[in-house]
Amino acid sequence: MKEVVILSGKGGTGKTSIVGSFAALAQKKVLADCDVDAADLHLLLNPSITEENEFWSGQVAVIDDEECTQCGLCQDVCRFDAIKDFRVDPVPCEGCGFCSHICPVEAITMKESLSGHWFISDTKYGHLVHARLGIAQENSGKLVALVRQQAKQIAKRDGLDFIISDGPPGIGCPVISSLSGANLALLVTEPTLSGIHDLERVRGVCHHFGIPALVCVNKYDLNEDNTHQIENYCLNQGVEVAARVPFDNTVTEAIVQGLPVVEYSPGRVTQEIESLWQHVTRALEQ
Amino acid sequence: MIISVASGKGGTGKTLVATSLALSLRERDKVQLLDCDVEEPNDHIFLKPVFTRSEAVAIPVPEVNEEKCTHCGKCAEVCAYNAIAVMKQKVLVFPELCHGCGACGYLCPEKAISEEAKEIGVVESGSSDGIGFVHGKLAVGEVMAPPVIRQVKEHISREGTVIIDVSPGTSCPVVEAVKDSDFCLLVTEPTPFGLNDLVLAVETVRVLNIPCGIVLNRAGVGDGKVEEYCQKENIPVLLTIPLDTEIASFYSRGVPLVEGMPQWKVSFLGLSDKIREIVNERSSDTER
Repeated sequence: MKEVVILSGKGGTGKTSIVGSFAALAQKKVLADCDVDAADLHLLLNPSITEENEFWSGQVAVIDDEECTQCGLCQDVCRFDAIKDFRVDPVPCEGCGFCSHICPVEAITMKESLSGHWFISDTKYGHLVHARLGIAQENSGKLVALVRQQAKQIAKRDGLDFIISDGPPGIGCPVISSLSGANLALLVTEPTLSGIHDLERVRGVCHHFGIPALVCVNKYDLNEDNTHQIENYCLNQGVEVAARVPFDNTVTEAIVQGLPVVEYSPGRVTQEIESLWQHVTRALEQ
Repeated sequence: MIISVASGKGGTGKTLVATSLALSLRERDKVQLLDCDVEEPNDHIFLKPVFTRSEAVAIPVPEVNEEKCTHCGKCAEVCAYNAIAVMKQKVLVFPELCHGCGACGYLCPEKAISEEAKEIGVVESGSSDGIGFVHGKLAVGEVMAPPVIRQVKEHISREGTVIIDVSPGTSCPVVEAVKDSDFCLLVTEPTPFGLNDLVLAVETVRVLNIPCGIVLNRAGVGDGKVEEYCQKENIPVLLTIPLDTEIASFYSRGVPLVEGMPQWKVSFLGLSDKIREIVNERSSDTER
């Protein structure tokens, strides 16, 4: 069983459209949406949820008004400025519990908080594990780890060959959580200076954690000079450019129809993504 | 006035809007641009600021003095993040799990724990043609963006207009960047992905009790569902930017929209006027 995670650094470069297409192209796979903040893969795969679970994670401090003597010690020690006027604001509270340990009258308790939900769904392409982090919640990294673990269990149980993960943008906590221990990262970029800058950072993260990477230049014909720049960068870094996908309105049309682009239109985009998936499977076999 | 520019979905045009708004406003107001997308900051590519200061961002992580330590285990017991493990002879600290709350050091009965600074990023500040510019960069391999964002926001000046560019998503880095804003601009695109993530972003700013309005970018692609949603939820669409290859081309080369196509300046000034109107109306409502 091999796991590929699709990342980009910069958002909006086309990760989800590529993963949706891989869902249609790959045999014997399970899909994982690791963008738990703003998950979109379900919009292409039309899942029916077979299992819904609560994600309890982290804690929030609660002050008992009747016990509290308003000594102010909790406010003094809290480094997250989460306590004002002897009330806890659950948004900045990081659940460290410092206040509850030092309260002289034991007026503060820590309560588990419901941080989101995760789902196992059936789609016509196979199982999908996805999640929704609660609004303004923390611990996205833990929820991502949970999604991947569930996908792995399904892959083991059903004897599947591939786990295909749609990753979040950025380079921080949820990205590292999506990436650690994966077999391959596919980095989807676009030929803009922002896209190049962000590719270099996310490729740095892959390098840092020793995960091999492939690059896909999406909408490569929007600025071919920048595409050359990306290719040169990749050459210097020893990273293979596995595909150059042209800009085409059919990609957006497919999203509006709620379909993977390879199922919507047989054009150049589809051909390039098909060849990209071949590339990815070869890289995973190595 | 603090205006944050957020989106839910990535790649909808936050950077384009934040930089063009800053460049349009500087002719009539003191303007500061803070790039709080510390995982992937891009505003500097467009504004090419001259940086005059660079500060490390560090979080305090525990350091155990083994000579004083009696291995009582109190520190491990109070750590909510499992960042300390106490063995018979040794204490192991896992700095990458530490949130820097300080509980272990305060509660150690032997006062055996001090704090050392662990660098997780950098904040650079300077200016670009009269715009005060600050951005943060999370170091590659580090997980915690919020402390870097907090340090960027320490540079907020109370005069004029402050524009904050936010990372995509709806979790802690977004909350950290957006909170305390007077207004949040949500940049979206008219596709099902744009709408799905816009709904999440709207819920987030509502939790934070910050008024919001929409910039609809790449209008003409996709469908009309974002506009239907905005109408239903009574969220104003304050600016519409069409799908246009010329705009995309300037963006790809790192040229701010209002520099490549100066005719857009009027639209961005109009956007800022509408925001000011909403913010003023709201503050007079609260006074009443």
